[in-house]
Amino acid sequence: MADEPLVLGIETSCDETGVGIVRGTTLLADAVASSVDEHARFGGVVPEVASRAHLEAMVPTIDRALKEAGVGAKDLDGIAVTAGPGLAGALLVGVSAAKAYAYALGKPLYGVNHLASHICVDQLEHGPLPEPTMALLVSGGHSSLLLSSDITSDVRPMGATIDDAAGEAFDKIARVLNLGFPGGPVIDRYAREGDPDAIAFPRGLTGPRDPAYDFSFSGLKTAVARWIEAKRAAGEEVPVRDVAASFQEAVVDVLTRKAVRACKDEGVDHLMIGGGVAANSRLRALAQERCEKAGIRLRVPRPKLCTDNGAMVAALGAEMVARNRAASSWDLSADSSLPVTDPHVPGHDHVHEVSKENLYS
Amino acid sequence: MLLLALDTATPAVTVALHDGTDVIASSGQVDARRHGELLLPAVDRVLAEAGLKLDAVTAIVAGTGPGPYTGLRVGLMTADTFGLALGVPVYGVCTLDGLAYAADIDRGPFVVATDARRKEVYWATYADSRTRLTGPAVDRPADIADQVKGMPAVGAGALLYPETFPQAHEPEHVSAAALARLAAERLAAGEELPAPRPLYLRRPDAQVPKNYKVVTPK
Ligand SMILES: [Zn+2]
Repeated sequence: MADEPLVLGIETSCDETGVGIVRGTTLLADAVASSVDEHARFGGVVPEVASRAHLEAMVPTIDRALKEAGVGAKDLDGIAVTAGPGLAGALLVGVSAAKAYAYALGKPLYGVNHLASHICVDQLEHGPLPEPTMALLVSGGHSSLLLSSDITSDVRPMGATIDDAAGEAFDKIARVLNLGFPGGPVIDRYAREGDPDAIAFPRGLTGPRDPAYDFSFSGLKTAVARWIEAKRAAGEEVPVRDVAASFQEAVVDVLTRKAVRACKDEGVDHLMIGGGVAANSRLRALAQERCEKAGIRLRVPRPKLCTDNGAMVAALGAEMVARNRAASSWDLSADSSLPVTDPHVPGHDHVHEVSKENLYS
Repeated sequence: MLLLALDTATPAVTVALHDGTDVIASSGQVDARRHGELLLPAVDRVLAEAGLKLDAVTAIVAGTGPGPYTGLRVGLMTADTFGLALGVPVYGVCTLDGLAYAADIDRGPFVVATDARRKEVYWATYADSRTRLTGPAVDRPADIADQVKGMPAVGAGALLYPETFPQAHEPEHVSAAALARLAAERLAAGEELPAPRPLYLRRPDAQVPKNYKVVTPK
């Protein structure tokens, strides 16, 4: 519909330079430039390398998104940007670009939360989010269970990892198995040919006295690494496929078990899964199976919308416009530890009113 | 002609407007930790002071450093994006050249040095305020003492290390006004100015932080 807000979103919280354009809940463009290859040899994201890449990629990626969407910059109703959480230096590149773009075009600016964006992106795939929605966000940077009754104003943390993110565990195990970086896709591939019950790896924080919705993957990581080292020390061959499958099973078993339990406890009949690890085929399959059994409707966006991208930021920005949320001010800063409970960073005192004097009208 | 100049390569966040004749409005704030917050409001203020709107700007000039990367990128990203949105050219000027210009020294050689942190300076030498001889480079002051011996010096990096730069004096920080004047002069003389690419001078620290990619607050 033409009267739905047309919003451009910018994402630079980690190693992807993402620029997306949406109209309401319709995806028009999703341009991403990734610096992942530059980080591969370090086995993890190097912040300064990511920041440098964002600066180089930003303008071409904005251009590409506008072309892909077939819209003009002047037609936009707002500019949204990830204000946090994320890598401070990387976030600041995106925030600087978004502020300059919004200011130059005379459009309102919305600094939004990266985690809320991961949830909101599902609107582009499956239509408006049910309220409330339970969300399981799993990636190299986050492992959280969140409950939201209104994605623009109310996101409640139910649980989170107490040590490593789920995606980090995948990267670490891939490294120990000499499978390269990032670890998620390659572990998934090997696991398909392995036996998930071959080795009984521990399920973190699943004891009766453990916090019901928190996660821990550090112990699992160590257990798998020790198991592999023991095999090698004994001069035996490491059954890579079985290790991958058994490790992956331990991760997705805990994730889905806790997510479904949270839904049941809170009386929520929708679960969305987002973040890079949501691309994992076994996580999708097991979540589907367990949700069906529990009468919960599962919503998982296509893999490209699960990893970091600009469209998710635009999706949340459009929702901010649609629900008349306050725009951010021109002194918006990047906040590397923006709390998940702040879906956006509203401005103070009529800043946009004053500044409109200096803009196109 | 209306040039918008900005520089965030040093602790100063500085913005100026130049109308082809001279600087008509400018702003300078020194706060090494808040470049991201301060720059856009400063642009807004400078435009308001001149009674102009951003769409009147015909070219952007950005200081390309060298300087601490996070702050440096705020200015360069802002300049790039203004250029994209307005459809005007964006030029880069070495930040040290701006300081040299502001130093207003006819007869060199002299040194411009800014604080590169980690006990190093970004530095360059000049024959006069418009002519760079060497640099920019990044070094420990003690390691370049012989090369800069007897030269007057300007910039915060020179003021910080008096053993190496005994003749250090003002200006301490770069001003966008100087950057704008220098750029306007070069453009008027028909010179081509380069695109605004960052002068990092150091390779990125290839250290993956222990909890890399962990972005979820506890
Ligand atoms: Zn993410």
